[in-house]
Amino acid sequence: MNYRKLSIFMGKKALKLVFLLIVVCIASFWIVEQSPIDPVRAYIGEMSIQPEQKAKLEEYWGVNTPAHEKFLNWAENLLKGDLGTSLIYRMPVTDVVKERFAASLVLMASSWLLSGVLGFVLGIIAGMKNGTLIDKAIKVYCYILLAAPTFWLALIFLLIFAVNLGWFPVGLSVPIGVASEDVTFFDRIHHLILPTVTLSLLGVASIAMFTREKLIEVMESDYVLFAKARGEKGSTLVKRHGIRNVALPAITLQFLGFSELFGGAVLVEQVFSYPGIGQAAVAAGLRSDVPLLLAIVIVSAVFVYSGNLIADMIYEFVDPRIKQQEMRT
Amino acid sequence: MSTAAVTANRGLFKGFNLRQKTILLISCLSVLLLAIVVSSTFIDDNALSTDFRSKNLAPSLEHPFGTDWMGRDMFIRTLGGLGLSIVIGALASSISTVMSVILGLLSSIGKIEDSIVSWLVDLFLSIPHLLLIILISIGLGGGATGVIIAVALSHWTSLTRVVRAEIKQIKTQDYIHISRNFGRSRWWIAKNHILPHLVPQFVLGTIVMFPHAILHEASVTFLGFGLSPHQPAIGIILSESMKYLSAGYWWLAFFPGLSLLIVILAFDMIGENMGKILDPKRAHE
Repeated sequence: MNYRKLSIFMGKKALKLVFLLIVVCIASFWIVEQSPIDPVRAYIGEMSIQPEQKAKLEEYWGVNTPAHEKFLNWAENLLKGDLGTSLIYRMPVTDVVKERFAASLVLMASSWLLSGVLGFVLGIIAGMKNGTLIDKAIKVYCYILLAAPTFWLALIFLLIFAVNLGWFPVGLSVPIGVASEDVTFFDRIHHLILPTVTLSLLGVASIAMFTREKLIEVMESDYVLFAKARGEKGSTLVKRHGIRNVALPAITLQFLGFSELFGGAVLVEQVFSYPGIGQAAVAAGLRSDVPLLLAIVIVSAVFVYSGNLIADMIYEFVDPRIKQQEMRT
Repeated sequence: MSTAAVTANRGLFKGFNLRQKTILLISCLSVLLLAIVVSSTFIDDNALSTDFRSKNLAPSLEHPFGTDWMGRDMFIRTLGGLGLSIVIGALASSISTVMSVILGLLSSIGKIEDSIVSWLVDLFLSIPHLLLIILISIGLGGGATGVIIAVALSHWTSLTRVVRAEIKQIKTQDYIHISRNFGRSRWWIAKNHILPHLVPQFVLGTIVMFPHAILHEASVTFLGFGLSPHQPAIGIILSESMKYLSAGYWWLAFFPGLSLLIVILAFDMIGENMGKILDPKRAHE
């Protein structure tokens, strides 16, 4: 690969990311600043306090400082790597985000892989059997999955597999009442299966539909016709000419789906009470934990950007044909 | 690609041609959705009064969806929730459509405007959609209005992209160049030559946006933002039902979610078939 080209590309992308993050920071800070949220209320919860104490807290949280000054303080600390203190967890936001994001990453990565593999296989089968009953069944299945609310699917799964069949625990990422050092690897896996499967369902549908369309397109191409004329047929034909041409666009699409993956994780984590970053985002939003919410917004923006970056790299370096195709359509 | 592809000329509606069948399907589904909205407005408070004698009943003929912990009929609550969802979806997707019309036309004026619009689209897509809705609704102080505006403000991106691509293609046409050479202003061309071509896109875009808006609204309410717990929203019904899952009251979660799924499928199918009617290239599929 051309290293000079790669470094120019990465430099451009890094600059873009910095610019994007600056804008996201300013915009999200501004949005939250518009909100009639009272940080003192958020901190003390339902407790009743004396007016003097309230005034002290107000000064501490900087309620009466002008917005631009607040932003500059926040941005300055942000550059130093200090994101402030979370109001609801009472610890540094950086620690909360690190711990939560690691847990979510396990969940998202495993369901991302699962949905990619399963979706691709289903798409190939549907495309190969185009027009048959199997194809129609897979198509209907995908349409229903795309229309189903993620959190409802999670609820139904919980109902069937955890409550009625008792195969899996009802929630959390570790068993209740067990010291954290006693939690085995198996326990973690056991708690992860149901959320992972639920989260992967949404991705399966979009990848399968895409793969199916692409495969049908490839199978109608001239080179497949030529291969057929040479006597290739059946699964060898699909393996040699279909899968090879469909795999890369499908992988690219899977990387572009990071944003939806994150959104799905928020819902799934909420239903399964899985202690990930999505659950933290909801808690931060509901209980007005502004520092934590802003940090999660920034982290999610970086997460989505990295997915897009990988997709772009595939366009740019691995298979430039995809880019040309996109430009033509 | 269609869920209800009416292709072969056989079966129950043999007498109709393809176009008539498609229109028939669209009207049936529209009537269904309209019926939900209309009937949800006629629900009186008596039907939802608490009745602890009949709490947590499994589905029966009298209560097809069962009853909840306050003895309210789940069928009526679900109906109300669906009506609310559709209305919110309609509001949100019409606002989003108007925004994409404006932004799409803006992008047709010149290079700088175009890059501003595409940059805005990228900015809105840079944060996960659900998180963006949460953020905006918090900024607006939460509540039902917060959620509706947040959903409306975050769905215009995909349609704007479609419109932008369409405009780019139309602009290469000869009559645009001729009109330009006759001295028409860019805005005049955008209004009189480009806009009429985009009407089908807007109609279709609005319908396609509906399911997304409804799903997002339901998700955000499910998470606890926005609508108050007294409102019969689907999201609230489902988040309430979570407390009763381990007690085995499956109907509390199953039927409301299934009805939402059916509504969304209905919108998808309307959009799909509407596309066939509006797009002459696909009319004979």
